[in-house]
Amino acid sequence: MQHGKYRFIVGFLALPLGVYALFVVWPFVQSIYYSFTDWTGLSPDFKMVGFDNYSRMLDDDIFWKSLWHSVLFALLVPLVTLGLALFLSFMINVGGRHRRGGPVITGVRGSAFYKIVYFFPQVLSIAIVALLFQFAYNPDSGAINSLLRGIGLDGVQPLWLGDPDLALWCVTGVLVWSTVGFFVVLFSAGMASIPADLYEAALLDGAGRAVTFFRVTLPLLWDTVQSGWVYMGILALGAESFAVVQIMTTGPGGPDYSTTVMVLYVYQKAFRDGQAAYATTIGVALLVVTLAFAALVMRLGRRERLEY
Amino acid sequence: MKTTDAPAPAPVKERPAPARPAKEGTTLNVFSHGMLVLWAVMVVLPLVWAVMTSFKDDASIFRSPWSLPDKLHFDNWSRAWTEANMSDYFLNTVLVVGGSLIGTLVLGSMAAYVLARFDFPGNRFVYYLFVGGMSFPIMLALVPLFYVVNNMGLLNTIHGLILVYIAYSLPFTVFFLTAFFRTLPTSIAEAAFVDGASHTRTFFQIMLPMAKPGLISVGIFNFLGQWNQYMLPTVLNTDPDKRVLTQGLVQLAVSQGYKGDWSGLFAGLVMAMLPVLAAYVIFQRQVVQGLTAGALK
Repeated sequence: MQHGKYRFIVGFLALPLGVYALFVVWPFVQSIYYSFTDWTGLSPDFKMVGFDNYSRMLDDDIFWKSLWHSVLFALLVPLVTLGLALFLSFMINVGGRHRRGGPVITGVRGSAFYKIVYFFPQVLSIAIVALLFQFAYNPDSGAINSLLRGIGLDGVQPLWLGDPDLALWCVTGVLVWSTVGFFVVLFSAGMASIPADLYEAALLDGAGRAVTFFRVTLPLLWDTVQSGWVYMGILALGAESFAVVQIMTTGPGGPDYSTTVMVLYVYQKAFRDGQAAYATTIGVALLVVTLAFAALVMRLGRRERLEY
Repeated sequence: MKTTDAPAPAPVKERPAPARPAKEGTTLNVFSHGMLVLWAVMVVLPLVWAVMTSFKDDASIFRSPWSLPDKLHFDNWSRAWTEANMSDYFLNTVLVVGGSLIGTLVLGSMAAYVLARFDFPGNRFVYYLFVGGMSFPIMLALVPLFYVVNNMGLLNTIHGLILVYIAYSLPFTVFFLTAFFRTLPTSIAEAAFVDGASHTRTFFQIMLPMAKPGLISVGIFNFLGQWNQYMLPTVLNTDPDKRVLTQGLVQLAVSQGYKGDWSGLFAGLVMAMLPVLAAYVIFQRQVVQGLTAGALK
């Protein structure tokens, strides 16, 4: 298969690689270069300023707030999402009633139904989800507070997104709501492929459900959980948190910078404040955080691969 | 002796074997069903609330958010479709996603095929260049990208947006399809080549049809990602006439806030939600496979 091989390779790679290099690789390289300039983005003139942007960033209180919120998202959102998803998928797959003569471990009735419903938010745009919850959180006419009034909790009427102490948790809740279903389905597929005799052996040895979960299910699912953690963390640092914070919060990023995240701060500096160079500096910091996060999860989670 | 009689009753106590799992199973069954139903309600309730609200008039939306609509106000829907430009947003989205989905699949499979099947210097470098794009924060590139796109005269154009969507969909598509092409048998392609087919013809007539299941999975993944895309159009597509669905709805939420037409806005939201949900319920198995395929690899 040597005839014309290189001509073919070049011909097939040229277009995809060209588009990718022009719109993805080249901007990435440029943005690192721009972070050492004083480019505004509005005029074509700029000069090199060395590490000025970086030292300014270290003194920027709002940057530190956005960094803290982003780190919180990257750690907390996957933790809650994956924990909840593991719990629900364990219930779906082994929570079933034992029938005489049947297998010891069974899934609940209607497990297919649960999996279909849980997956709903995954197919919706995060922008639509954010809009929907923005109205649900509305303190006067929103669905949540009126539900609280309906069950007699008239005294409990939080401002939700208007309360600087609550707003970040409201946003976290929406991110969790929209991604749990995906992982329930993912983990269910993983649990279904664990052989039933492993569970039966554990039960015969006197293990309860909790022990079974931590000693059998979780170790065998570990690879999936770990890659899910990285995937979820990257989303929570990037596109998902941008959409949710930009659409839902006042400001956006408020009240009083209580919900601002790095990805939103980059956007605001570049396209609202005309400080493109400083924006790319924060972008570089975001890149460092993302890579550090991925490396950390992969390192902490390293275990011997279990064969079954 | 003391030591000999002690262990005697122990086996009986420790092994009430078949009875315990059954009893524990029943309590657990109730508990697990309870938790599962609770989460199902939490997922469905906001969606039901949105559908209900889209049929109510503005006054009752504010007065009693949870009451059923007094009558079905279909005029909300027609107002959203025409006056609020939902029809334009739909059309723009269909054009952008249609173009970029085809482009992504064609370019992605071309690159993946070459990377999976041919040995050449730099193969690994190109592969990791593509795959590395999956973990990089897109926002970092968006600032210079805005000016790259602007200098090419592609800002606020449908075809410009298509090209950018393709570029940012390539990392996952190449990653997924390279793995897929590796699993296909080599003998058929070799036979075609011996029979005189060119590399290009072998690819389009033999390999692409064989890769159909992989193309469907990655196609669904990209379709949903591009249909729901919000960050890229927000930055690169600021012309009100070219807005895609997600942008249009967010803009609508801002402007309806001034006009006070909440019912129209909810109609728009539901209008954007329902086709995707309906398509998901119909193609449920394929969609789940397409979206989870990447994570399981």
